[in-house]
Amino acid sequence: MRKLLSIVAALSIAATLPYTADASPDQDLKEMRAYFKKRFPKVPFQDYANGVYALDAESRAQWESIEDFPPYEMSVDNGKKLFNTPFKNGKTYASCFPNDGIGIVQNYPLFDKASGEVITVEHAINMCRESNGEKPLKYKKGDIADIAAYMAYTSRGKKLKVVVPNDPRALAIYERGKQHFFAKRGQLNLACADCHVSSAGMHVRADLLSPMLGHVTHFPVYRSAWGELGTLHRRYGGCNEQVRAKAYDAQGPEYTALEYYESYMSNGLVLNGPGSRK
Amino acid sequence: MRQPLSILSSAASAAALLGALILAPTTVTAAEEAKAASVVDQGKEIAFDRKKGNCLSCHAIAGGDLPGDIGPPLVAMQARFPDKAKLRAQIWDATSANPNSMMPPFGRHKIISDDEIDKVVEFIYTL
Ligand code: HEC
Ligand code: HEC
Repeated sequence: MRKLLSIVAALSIAATLPYTADASPDQDLKEMRAYFKKRFPKVPFQDYANGVYALDAESRAQWESIEDFPPYEMSVDNGKKLFNTPFKNGKTYASCFPNDGIGIVQNYPLFDKASGEVITVEHAINMCRESNGEKPLKYKKGDIADIAAYMAYTSRGKKLKVVVPNDPRALAIYERGKQHFFAKRGQLNLACADCHVSSAGMHVRADLLSPMLGHVTHFPVYRSAWGELGTLHRRYGGCNEQVRAKAYDAQGPEYTALEYYESYMSNGLVLNGPGSRK
Repeated sequence: MRQPLSILSSAASAAALLGALILAPTTVTAAEEAKAASVVDQGKEIAFDRKKGNCLSCHAIAGGDLPGDIGPPLVAMQARFPDKAKLRAQIWDATSANPNSMMPPFGRHKIISDDEIDKVVEFIYTL
């Protein structure tokens, strides 16, 4: 049954969507921006970092009062503690990152020229652990989300600046993410773009749909639906399951590519992670 | 195999004949109406069920709470679809009329059965 439910329909892309096959990342970015500017002329660009709350004054007020006593505060504290606790070999996470890991999240996901891979923050955390003889952490939630939350917290106020260099390996990963975003999938035959581009600002039942711009700026996120902090790839998995498709592995090539594409589209937005959402 | 079948069918037609003899024509109509009404009710249940049609996630429908607004409100369906087959086709596979439709292809992807789609069509046609 599971197999049957995860049928991925052939790519099918709306003409009105800001999608052009084989466009350069920069061209894609311009089209996406122009689309949302036309769609929501009153929403200032920086407001997209606030997700659905950029579009709805009523839920925004509720959200702002939640942010007065942020539900992710303890996670940030725990993340800081973990970040500064030496590994068995005496080194800390700081030794693995530029600027000791402080205020650097705006550069992720990062294309690594040496390996030809795109590295997310969570992946970099585990690479650091493994190179220091520690076991990798489980992705999606728990300690890894707390450490990423601390790193995001130290990067608040920085503008996202993800780079897709003119390297065929980087461009291929970007393209893969873009295809994933626009491809219809699952038994319900819905693309990310169906909900977060074409229908952004509309409701599925009572749920308002967020624009894709700003999807990545506030992760990891404390969701009241989860009652805890979770990573971006955990959210991606949830959205894939909603359309009755099988979720891909957190930090697998599919979601890393998706994050790369989504992040590039959000370049220039001010980071405000970790965040809280419904 | 043939024999039991023909026995069955002759038994069935005998029962039908018997039924027709016993029931007055007016009561037959009332029974048919009741049956049609129950098909409409079942269609409504399937349309509203989150695990089945879940049509309310995108469409406002009379009698349903907290509808979404991605698709148009489902009203005046007989006027909008004089041809009932076209309405069924929209529900069976919305992407055949509009390849980019947001509406899930309920029949093509076997989200609900053909029989369930027929019932949903009967319900939607009363709107
Ligand atoms: C059936 C509609 C639907 C589809 C298809 C869908 N999502 Fe979502 N998504 C939602 C809803 C509803 C929410 C919660 C409200 C919101 O923030 O948009 C959400 C939330 C999110 C969030 C969190 C936003 C935030 O501000 O924290 C991200 C990121 C996301 N979706 C990405 C995706 C991606 C990537 C895909 C495709 C793999 C996808 N979604 C497919 C409905 C959908
Ligand atoms: C995820 C969104 C979604 C769901 C779920 C959905 N629809 Fe739709 N529906 C649409 C959209 C969007 C349209 C507009 C036409 C198009 O794009 O196909 C539409 C159009 C229609 C139309 C044509 C309306 C007209 O006046 O032209 C009918 C009838 C209809 N839907 C019935 C249903 C029924 C019955 C169900 C549930 C079994 C359902 N829909 C579920 C999104 C949806």
